[in-house]
Amino acid sequence: MRLPKSMFALGVAALSLAITQNAQAGKSDDTLNWASSREVAVVDPYYNNTRMLVIMGQMGWDGLVFRDIESGEFKPLLAKSWKWNGDKAIEFELRDDVKFHDGTDFDADDVVYTLNHVSNKDNGVLTYRNVSWIENAEKLGPHSVRINLKKPFPPAFAYLANAVNMMPSGHYDNVPKKADGNPDYAAAKPVGTGPYKVSDIKAGEYVLMEKNDAYFADSPKGTPQIGKIRFRTIKEMNTAIAELLTGGLDWIWDVPKEQAERMADSPAVTVENAKTFRVSYLAFDVLGQSGQEFFKDKRVRQAFSHAINRESITKNLVGPASVVIPSACHPDQFGCAQDVPTYSYDPEKAKALLKEAGLENGFEFDLYAYREREFTEAVIGDLAKVGIKAKLNFMQYRALRDVVRKGNTPVNHMTWGSYSIPDVSAIVSNFFTHGPDDLTKDDKVKEYLGIADNSIDPAERTENYKKAFIRIAEEAYWVPMFTYAKYYAWSKDLDFSPTPDEIPRFYTTKWK
Amino acid sequence: MLYYTLKRLGVAVLVAITVSVLSFSMIYLSGDPAVALAGEGASNEDIENVRRVYGFDQPIIVQYGSWLVQALQGNLGHSNYLKAPVASVIFERLPTTMLLGACSLAFALLLAIPLGVVAAIRPNSILDRAALSVAVVGQAMPSFWFALTLILWFGITWRLLPITGTDSWKNFIMPSMALGYYLTPAVMRLTRAGMLEVLSSDYIRTARAKGLRPMTVLFKHALRNAIIPVVSLAAVQFGFMLGGSIVIETIFAINGLGYLAWESIQRADLPMMQAIVLVLSIFYILLTFLADMLNAFLDPRIRVA
Repeated sequence: MRLPKSMFALGVAALSLAITQNAQAGKSDDTLNWASSREVAVVDPYYNNTRMLVIMGQMGWDGLVFRDIESGEFKPLLAKSWKWNGDKAIEFELRDDVKFHDGTDFDADDVVYTLNHVSNKDNGVLTYRNVSWIENAEKLGPHSVRINLKKPFPPAFAYLANAVNMMPSGHYDNVPKKADGNPDYAAAKPVGTGPYKVSDIKAGEYVLMEKNDAYFADSPKGTPQIGKIRFRTIKEMNTAIAELLTGGLDWIWDVPKEQAERMADSPAVTVENAKTFRVSYLAFDVLGQSGQEFFKDKRVRQAFSHAINRESITKNLVGPASVVIPSACHPDQFGCAQDVPTYSYDPEKAKALLKEAGLENGFEFDLYAYREREFTEAVIGDLAKVGIKAKLNFMQYRALRDVVRKGNTPVNHMTWGSYSIPDVSAIVSNFFTHGPDDLTKDDKVKEYLGIADNSIDPAERTENYKKAFIRIAEEAYWVPMFTYAKYYAWSKDLDFSPTPDEIPRFYTTKWK
Repeated sequence: MLYYTLKRLGVAVLVAITVSVLSFSMIYLSGDPAVALAGEGASNEDIENVRRVYGFDQPIIVQYGSWLVQALQGNLGHSNYLKAPVASVIFERLPTTMLLGACSLAFALLLAIPLGVVAAIRPNSILDRAALSVAVVGQAMPSFWFALTLILWFGITWRLLPITGTDSWKNFIMPSMALGYYLTPAVMRLTRAGMLEVLSSDYIRTARAKGLRPMTVLFKHALRNAIIPVVSLAAVQFGFMLGGSIVIETIFAINGLGYLAWESIQRADLPMMQAIVLVLSIFYILLTFLADMLNAFLDPRIRVA
């Protein structure tokens, strides 16, 4: 719920300058209080796919491998080592000194049980694509397993590090039944091996996690520092800011730019704008399915690319950590080619292209969007300067998604977060391989992506992704806009650093 | 009286069924619940999987029918998002919302009735205008704005009251003021009008002529009669407060039924939404029914008509 904020923001800004008393509540009782707008009722990373559970998933659970956010390198976590066996199987040697939060030992049975449970479609894992590439898992010894893949899947390690957490064997076996008689897997009591263990949940209100004192010493996640970490749901941002300024909270995010900039002057909090994996883009109805056929003409699409001042939107509306993107991917993702044809902000060139396309008098079209209305309105303003009039249809995501897939949107302004997966297959292969989200159906792009998606040779993948991105840019199928950046605000007492994948590492956070 | 009661009961049941059908249809009109449940950016495969697992692939009429049959047997279903029986979640949160509603109503009555009495004693005086202004501001000022103002003063500036949660009675002060203030003008005007009418009646004149003390006349004889319509208004407004606490619960992060309703709409949690709408409409209908009965009991002309 977004409420008018100018009055409150001004008040908070004035008062935050006056507040010199630092927020001590969390530090004094060694409890980091953080909040977000989403409710958390299910604390299981397979049966709750919100961002909150991605964060808590990494606190409470471990995967086989760990991705170093600085170097991008995959390091051992629950696995000590691994090797590919052909291009459709990976064999892992597991640690033998890890215990679950309930005191049981971690071994190969747990890996086999977890992977075979979650990769079974009937078990209803919410984000099935995180595990859909797994055929099954086999036990090779007490501490060694083999994961069989359905087909070569190069980003397997990115998924293993980000989204495939290990549960104890039998974890989902004795869950209560739902009203329809099916097992309610989401009701399983949360037990993992991670640096924090879930100690209390009040559905929809809070989740309390406590430091796992038995966490293995040489984990690449490090040793947990803060005693307790308490998540709360606070839907209204003004309320969350008030709690942060008065010590009721130690950490918040998604602070609107205007309020974040004012809060930055407060001595009680640190404010930082950090990049995320989410990108913004405009996609065209290239096939003319919507009834407005302007966008079948490449010159019109290119005119859009020249007409929109992306630098200005990035600088003035999004935040300093946001960057303009040339390709249909996030620059931090593997395979995201940057040296592709680009379109500078040049309204005159846009007008010339429109004239060439026989549209020198401009035209009117329907633009669909669902998020940050102000960003879309800036786009509309830029288009108006070259004579193009956009009629904005602002909808909820779940309603818009169907409209987009049916090809009913002449132009849609959307975003994509790639599930924080640092590989371009999580974005470009979703939109350009003739699937339901593909509004272009370009055979050449599909062919390049087919090679890249199915090869485990990094050089071959890079080369073919680049060919695909060049073709997408030449044809101007998308106007890649910018990377999202979000504002974080936290207590001065907290030693915290945001990461570019939108997964705050509370397990490495400590008090100053 | 029996015929009147049965007639009102029949209308109440029809209203409950209509509300339930409308709310079920409206969630589908606002988009695909499988997309909402699968989350933003979910693949087609994920969405199809969710649709199949949660039964959204059935025709809407079948889904509604199966929900209705279960509901009539006392089973309100299982929340798709919270993964818990809907009834247990609702009855866990209902007391918080009822407490907030009761506190808000108490605040409104404690503020509005004295204001109404004061205004009626000296009609059209400065005192009357001042009382009216206090009440009208409550209706004119959006509740979220008033709530944020309270947070700014009592929460941040003076640090007197906790901003969020339900840990103690102090947590309910600001939300009750914000929610209750909106009701003040209606109660105040009704009290004032009732008091003016009663104060000019013969039996009050007689009471004064008997030499009773002004306070006794005012509170024992006049207010007791003038307040009857306020009682029925308060009963109906209590129902409104249960359903209308969404904004206030959101601002003060109170984990009540209004907040649950808002969240359930956001994530298209059909069984939860249906049950909340049903519970709230039953409350509202029940309170309206009680108000009707009370009025009919107090004023025989209503039940004859």
